Amino acid sequence: MRLELKNVTKRFPGVVANDSVDLTVNSGEIVGLLGENGAGKTTLMNILYGLYEADEGELLIDGRQVRFAGPGDAIAAGIGMVHQHFMLVPVFDVTENVVLGVEPTRGPLGHIDIDQARDDVREISSKYGLAVDPDAVVEDLPVGVQQRIEIIKVLFREAEIIVFDEPTSVLTPQEVEDFFAIVRGLKEAGKGIIFITHKLGEMLEIADRIAVLRRGKIVGEAEPGSATKENLAEMMVGRPVDLVVDKSPAQPKEVVLSVKNLVVQDERLHNAVNDVSFEVRSGEIVGIAGVQGNGQTELVEAITGLILPLAGSVMIGDQDITLASPRKLHQLDVAHVPEDRQRDGLVLSFDLVENLVLDSYYAKPYSKGIVMDWDEARRHADELIEQYDIRTPSALLTASSLSGGNQQKLIVAREFARDTRLIIASQPTRGIDVGSIEYIHQRIVEERDEGAAVLIVSSELDEVLALADRILVMYRGRIVAEVPGSEATATDLGLFMAGAGV
Amino acid sequence: MTQAPEVVEKPEGEGPPSWLERVAPRDIDWRSLVIIPSLAVLSALIVGAVFIVFTEGLDAILPAYRALFSGAFLGWSSISETLLVATPLILAGLAVALGFRAGLFNIGAEGQMTVGGLIAVIAGFSFDGLPAIVHIPLALLAGFLGGALWGFIPGLLRAKTGAHEVITTIMLNFIAFRSLDYILKLPGIQAEGRFDPISQPVLPSSRLPRILAWLPIDGAGGLRLHVGFLVALAMAWVVYWLLFKTTWGFEFRAVGANPHAAKYGGMSVTVAIILVMTLSGALAGMAGGNETLGVLGRASPGFTAAIGFDAIALALLGRSHPGGVVLSAVLFGALRAGGRTMQVQSEVGIDLIVIIQALIIVFIAAPELVRAIYRVRGGKETGQLTRGWST
Repeated sequence: MRLELKNVTKRFPGVVANDSVDLTVNSGEIVGLLGENGAGKTTLMNILYGLYEADEGELLIDGRQVRFAGPGDAIAAGIGMVHQHFMLVPVFDVTENVVLGVEPTRGPLGHIDIDQARDDVREISSKYGLAVDPDAVVEDLPVGVQQRIEIIKVLFREAEIIVFDEPTSVLTPQEVEDFFAIVRGLKEAGKGIIFITHKLGEMLEIADRIAVLRRGKIVGEAEPGSATKENLAEMMVGRPVDLVVDKSPAQPKEVVLSVKNLVVQDERLHNAVNDVSFEVRSGEIVGIAGVQGNGQTELVEAITGLILPLAGSVMIGDQDITLASPRKLHQLDVAHVPEDRQRDGLVLSFDLVENLVLDSYYAKPYSKGIVMDWDEARRHADELIEQYDIRTPSALLTASSLSGGNQQKLIVAREFARDTRLIIASQPTRGIDVGSIEYIHQRIVEERDEGAAVLIVSSELDEVLALADRILVMYRGRIVAEVPGSEATATDLGLFMAGAGV
Repeated sequence: MTQAPEVVEKPEGEGPPSWLERVAPRDIDWRSLVIIPSLAVLSALIVGAVFIVFTEGLDAILPAYRALFSGAFLGWSSISETLLVATPLILAGLAVALGFRAGLFNIGAEGQMTVGGLIAVIAGFSFDGLPAIVHIPLALLAGFLGGALWGFIPGLLRAKTGAHEVITTIMLNFIAFRSLDYILKLPGIQAEGRFDPISQPVLPSSRLPRILAWLPIDGAGGLRLHVGFLVALAMAWVVYWLLFKTTWGFEFRAVGANPHAAKYGGMSVTVAIILVMTLSGALAGMAGGNETLGVLGRASPGFTAAIGFDAIALALLGRSHPGGVVLSAVLFGALRAGGRTMQVQSEVGIDLIVIIQALIIVFIAAPELVRAIYRVRGGKETGQLTRGWST
């Protein structure tokens, strides 16, 4: 099967999301689609999947023009999509999830033929080496297996072309290897694959051909054999990008943050953080590495006052902030870049002006008594938009209109623009483009050099390796290793992250 | 230098709840504020006409609607009545709209009106000998505080225990109605010489003065519009100012749009919820006081006449914007006042007004329907489907 997008153009009010894009994928090849957030990848895939209709251009399958009114048509035509966020019913078992919506039936009353389905699932699973138990309940399965269920879903619907949208963002380094083996297996079985990622290394490893999208246009194609990370990044951003964070050795001074024997429970009352102690000094960046879900989220929320710890203490300087509120921490010059920017960091329906004073609105110069000074807030916003290069036509647009990278820059601008004594940044560059990553990393190092104590929590090893002067590895709620940044390697950290040191 | 805007992709993750986005939209563009409601009203009148055809015949439509219009707008008397009916609707509508803006669904405006109206009456007949300039504000304040109490309770329950305000305000409505029946028969409250539940009349010094009596026309003294209308307009301005110009309003709106981010920003979600419910109740309480002190002069069972429920509808119609609430309240006032004239002058009963109001809400609640019927462009044609895919 050969799928071609020809000359596809899609306009939204004020922007051209896709500008005469050509993209071809054949059976048995992996096409990498690379682009910054906001470059138009998602729009293009939504057109391919029948969610949007292109304004111009055409879709060809084996040379014949097709038209999709909705995802149903796309699926029927043999296109499958594995989304970044899984679409599974947690309390259903694997088979039930796979057949949801296309249940095989028998008899005049349409009984669901679950046994038949179970056999089909088992067969697909073994044929592609997916190793998924059809009877397992989804909520009991690790993320890597859940992703394989999504793949089975797509295969069960007899997809010939499979689109993977940022598939590795939820996986550990070891799981990524397994996943790549599966993708290669699919390719050998003759499936055509479109692989979307912003991770340049993965792109070079897995793709047969790489198409780079920038501002809605295909700006180039590359072969993994001859391309390098640097030139891919340059194509993506449109200018040379510094992939290595430029920083001098840390000069740690006094202890700013000190966490002692901290125990934090998650919503299910498990000890998500278990007896954790560490210090962060002024002028150093401490990175916490770990696979997502090993207590990092709870650790940060407890330090920043969003949840209360069960035991232990947190100090800033000589002040006990174990039970302090977010407001109190704000007054102590703590900057917090939250893990989930759209849940915690922004009010998406508010404009940029409002978002930029989200945690400082309560005092001068933005308010006097209870009266807001929106003119002052507006001036502040215009200044930060300029200074932090937030791409927007106006400060009065809502935060939801920004791309992911710019939303993150908005938060970084808000948090870094004031005096910062301690910076806590959780997944500071998750899901954002290379250009923005470079920028945010530079700002973090600058803040360190100006004397801030910095705590970075990231599930991206590369990020921790690039930034941290000292690396702590978290596994199942505990700190299981501490490594100086200069001596750490991805392999060692990966092993610690998988619990090898315990 | 202007920068090229980046491609705007669909927003992902947690926006405000979609119902909130609909009832209290941030960007009130002229399409959703003017065109859609106007078309909704037009559609409701057309469907209402169908009801007239079925009940009274084709010939009844024109006279009925003519009477409706003249009773609402033609002449000082009609205008006075329209605005008179609109007054408590503005106040109660503001109460509901304020709640919506903070993500709270206050179904209890009726109960809050009941309590506020009753307390205002008690203040109105209790302080003999006060000058009007003192007595009126005092009685209105009493209504304000009564409603505030009745809003504070569900606010506290929601903030501290998570009990949903929809449930608790409905329950508090019933408590308010039955308490009113009981209290109206208590000695000292019940009118002397009466055996039915009805309060003493308020003293003249607490009656809200009429404001059109100075007009140089015949019967100007009979124009019932009173100073409460000006109070309601002032409150609409206060609510607007509070919501959009103060730190409190910023907190209320943030809590409504994204409580997680509000907490992250150092706001107290608990305090905001309690405060909003209390203020919402207080506005409804003023609506109650406005009725008892301005129109009725006393309290009797059911004196709130479902105004607190109409308020929910008109807050929706006004998109929870104080300006929209005022306009919607005037529209509802016109329908009510005109409906009375229609009932007298034509064959069509005033119940048609209830149907038309309900139809307006149906059309407002389903803006896509109105868009489809009238082929109004714009709105959200994109993003809707994809939101489901990304969360």
